[in-house]
Amino acid sequence: MPRLLLFIPLLLFFVLAAFLWKGLSIDPRELPSALINKPFPEFSLPALQQPERILTKKDFIGQPVLVNVWATWCPSCRQEHEQLLVIAQAEEIPIIGLNYKDERDLALQWLQQLGNPYQFNIYDEEGMLGLDLGVYGAPETYLLDAQGIIRHRHVGVLIAQDWQELKLIIKGWGSVEN
Amino acid sequence: MLKIKIIFGLLILLSSFMLLAAIDVYQFDDPEKEKRFQQLTFELRCPKCQNQNIADSKAEISQDLRTKIFQMLNAGKNDNEIVDYMVERYGDFVLYEPRVTPQTYLLWFGPAVFLLLGMLVVTLIIRSRNKAYKEANDHEPSLSDSEAKALDALLKTKQGKK
Amino acid sequence: MIPEIGEFALIIALFVSVVLALIPMYGASTGNEMWMTYAKPLAMGQFFFVVISFICLGYAFSQDDFSVVYVAQHSNSQMPIQFKLSAIWGGHEGSLLLWALILSGWTFAVSRFSKALPLDMLARVLSVMGIVATGFISFLLITSSPFARYLPRFPADGADLNPLLQDFGLIVHPPMLYMGYVGFSVAFAFAIAALLSGRMDAAWARWARPWTNIAWAFLGMGITLGSWWAYYELGWGGWWFWDPVENASLMPWLVGTALVHSLAATEKRGVFKSWTLLLAIFAFSLSLLGTFLVRSGVLTSVHAFASDPERGFFILMLLALTMGGSLTLYALKAPNVKSESSFSWLSREVFLLINNIFLTVMAVTVLLGTLYPLLIDALGLGKISVGPPYFNAVFVPIMCAMAIAMGVSVAVRWRETTVKAVLNKLWLPAVISILCGLIFPLTYGNGFEVRVFLGISVSLWVMSSVFTEFMGKFRNAQTITSRLKQLPLSYYGMMVAHVGVAVTAIGITLVSTYSEERDMRMQKGDSVELAGYQFTFQGTHVVKGANYMADQATIVVTEDGKSIVTLSPEKRRYNVKNAMMTEADIDPSLFRDLYVALGEPLEKGAWAVRIHYKPYVRWLWLGGILMAFGGLLTVADKRYRQRSVKLEATHA
Repeated sequence: MPRLLLFIPLLLFFVLAAFLWKGLSIDPRELPSALINKPFPEFSLPALQQPERILTKKDFIGQPVLVNVWATWCPSCRQEHEQLLVIAQAEEIPIIGLNYKDERDLALQWLQQLGNPYQFNIYDEEGMLGLDLGVYGAPETYLLDAQGIIRHRHVGVLIAQDWQELKLIIKGWGSVEN
Repeated sequence: MLKIKIIFGLLILLSSFMLLAAIDVYQFDDPEKEKRFQQLTFELRCPKCQNQNIADSKAEISQDLRTKIFQMLNAGKNDNEIVDYMVERYGDFVLYEPRVTPQTYLLWFGPAVFLLLGMLVVTLIIRSRNKAYKEANDHEPSLSDSEAKALDALLKTKQGKK
Repeated sequence: MIPEIGEFALIIALFVSVVLALIPMYGASTGNEMWMTYAKPLAMGQFFFVVISFICLGYAFSQDDFSVVYVAQHSNSQMPIQFKLSAIWGGHEGSLLLWALILSGWTFAVSRFSKALPLDMLARVLSVMGIVATGFISFLLITSSPFARYLPRFPADGADLNPLLQDFGLIVHPPMLYMGYVGFSVAFAFAIAALLSGRMDAAWARWARPWTNIAWAFLGMGITLGSWWAYYELGWGGWWFWDPVENASLMPWLVGTALVHSLAATEKRGVFKSWTLLLAIFAFSLSLLGTFLVRSGVLTSVHAFASDPERGFFILMLLALTMGGSLTLYALKAPNVKSESSFSWLSREVFLLINNIFLTVMAVTVLLGTLYPLLIDALGLGKISVGPPYFNAVFVPIMCAMAIAMGVSVAVRWRETTVKAVLNKLWLPAVISILCGLIFPLTYGNGFEVRVFLGISVSLWVMSSVFTEFMGKFRNAQTITSRLKQLPLSYYGMMVAHVGVAVTAIGITLVSTYSEERDMRMQKGDSVELAGYQFTFQGTHVVKGANYMADQATIVVTEDGKSIVTLSPEKRRYNVKNAMMTEADIDPSLFRDLYVALGEPLEKGAWAVRIHYKPYVRWLWLGGILMAFGGLLTVADKRYRQRSVKLEATHA
């Protein structure tokens, strides 16, 4: 009997090794959104292109939308811009832009030079909406359903594969043209 | 592959520059608030950095969070409200002191349990070992009472001298 | 050409280590004396080739050979030569080569300084170390060669070493640390050799002790240096963050401390043989686990090397083979004999067991806290963080309890002691410590603080009980000097190390309770008060360094009008990457540090300035130095310098 007890350390080691192995396939830096299945935060901010126009949640609730957090100081945002234009072209789901802690002039220039995939842009100069959203680094893309509930967040450059995944999620809710 | 490694290396290099001390200048109207600020920013984790609290991180998001905490302190919020505010937006990840939930029972109570277990095991081992020793030596010819007493006395004086 | 020689030398070293792993081991199990004698020359050969490899890498750095990828990533032509050379271990690949160098160095040392060891034991020990070396050198060659080249086109200049690393700390901290980590492989090898040979009596403990104590001292020194370096370099005055990489060094140290004590019991009394074997396996396993955690990307840390799951997988395999193999061997062959000697409940043996329990629980606690986020994530339960508030809350009480036991243990004899004898010796230290603990916060601070009371009384308890015990040694002495000379060095070592623990505890208690800190906006002429000192900002001027430009501030510190010191913190911009760094300036002293760092420049020549008052912070590191010194003293003991100790091979 006591001999069996001596196998306990070995057993504990196997448990540890199993967890470590699983750990190799997890990214510890990836942070899931704390707002999944919660409503998009309330806000009242000016539009980027029309400063007099104040935008609120009501402006995009009623259909599934993508909210893309971007800024001109973010090099990865530049990378994903192509993909956003492709999504906008496909006209399957509107993209709302959240210009995060940026300068209006630079942002407008960028859209002019690179193309504008956004229905409209929320100008979050102070970054307070970003804070309410739990944004920790641009670019981020949020998928909202028709009721304005956040269903998915993608952090980092959005590539074609990610767009396919998003489409699958949307299909899962029924028709895309809701 | 090489390219990825280089990029990785540079990224780590660049992000490690975030290690520089973050020093802002907030004017606190009372030292109590300043202490609370220091405590809160010590306990909250920067959502983006490589394991730093928001007191020491130079990342933009940390600066925003520090500003927010400063504002909330001045608005009269208590510590719990401020922490809840952060957790609502960033999840439990930002708490360096994990909440005590069934998922963290092992974490919080484990050490005490291990200690007690350890003490228990030690007690059992000593007891069984003394028993085994006694049994092993019971078969030897035993000393007579007077011999045993003399031996005892001898041992005690020897030990006293050490 | 030279880098290729370096790579080639490493390949040869791998072959040698494979032969070292196999031949002497086989010789030992078949009784083939000739094959066993190959162990020593093989150990020397392995060391020789790894040294060549290391020198080649050093050469590439000193010659600014940026065709070597690793050199280009971590060096720059403008860097001062001492940093170019210490950049060898500034990144993953090179630090692994340092690991291999130190491992082969220890192997060589064991082969040279083991005249008392029977041949088959030595053969097995060296073979086990050869197995470990095979693992590491193959890891180097297969996934992490520092000699990879950019060819045909390579950068004109290097990417520069992270400015935070361009410091004296980089020169000393990693090598010390690795001396410790790797040194535990010797105790490990001895344990495995004992298990394999079936000779698990007290002899193996006696042979393993000096090696283990040296490794433990180095690891402690490495940790101390790391803490001190972080303190003055990072600019925020912190000295321990419970970061995964820091924890990875603390865990082997804790288990190593338990091992050092357990080996003493096994050698002197022949007890706990099984447990000591297990501890020896654990100490080195934790070193390997630390290597895994730091390089695999499994945990987030500011100290982590560029992480790569592919490398992580390799190390995990290494870990699995070493730990799995050794623990299986342990389970099958560890001794089960219990009835060799007995001891009463109040005996030094029991207190050593208690010490081991405390230390092991502390190590397990640190492991639990470090891995818990991974555990929760792997089970799909979300992402949480475990940081300083947790570790401080859980670690400190256990530490206090252990310190109390430490104080008692010094007065307890082997085998049996009466309660009366213990009380006689310890009542006075107990009273003194509690009194001091009560008085100190009242006179030094602003009133009673439980933390300070506990910290001070527990530390003084340890010191005064050690001192009382020491004084007791002179009762029957002829003269004081003869007695002083009679006491073995290992006794002094024990005293110094225990006092070191108390000193560190005092440092930790006081600096965490009484530090003060302020962040201020200051411009020329501004003055701020902290802890009774006045800090006056007198503006900045530009200075030029070897590879940076800096704004250097002048801050005059006075106390009651009397000038104390002038501090000159800098905000540096390193030329190569345009990287900004703050270089704090500190006025160190035994009883307090005054610490000033510059933040961002504000408008109109004003600056954000951080000022710290850190009382007794140096005691932290002083204690660490004392502990390491104590460890080394025990090894200098005469009995380890004797050449003919074969007589005491079987000591009960």
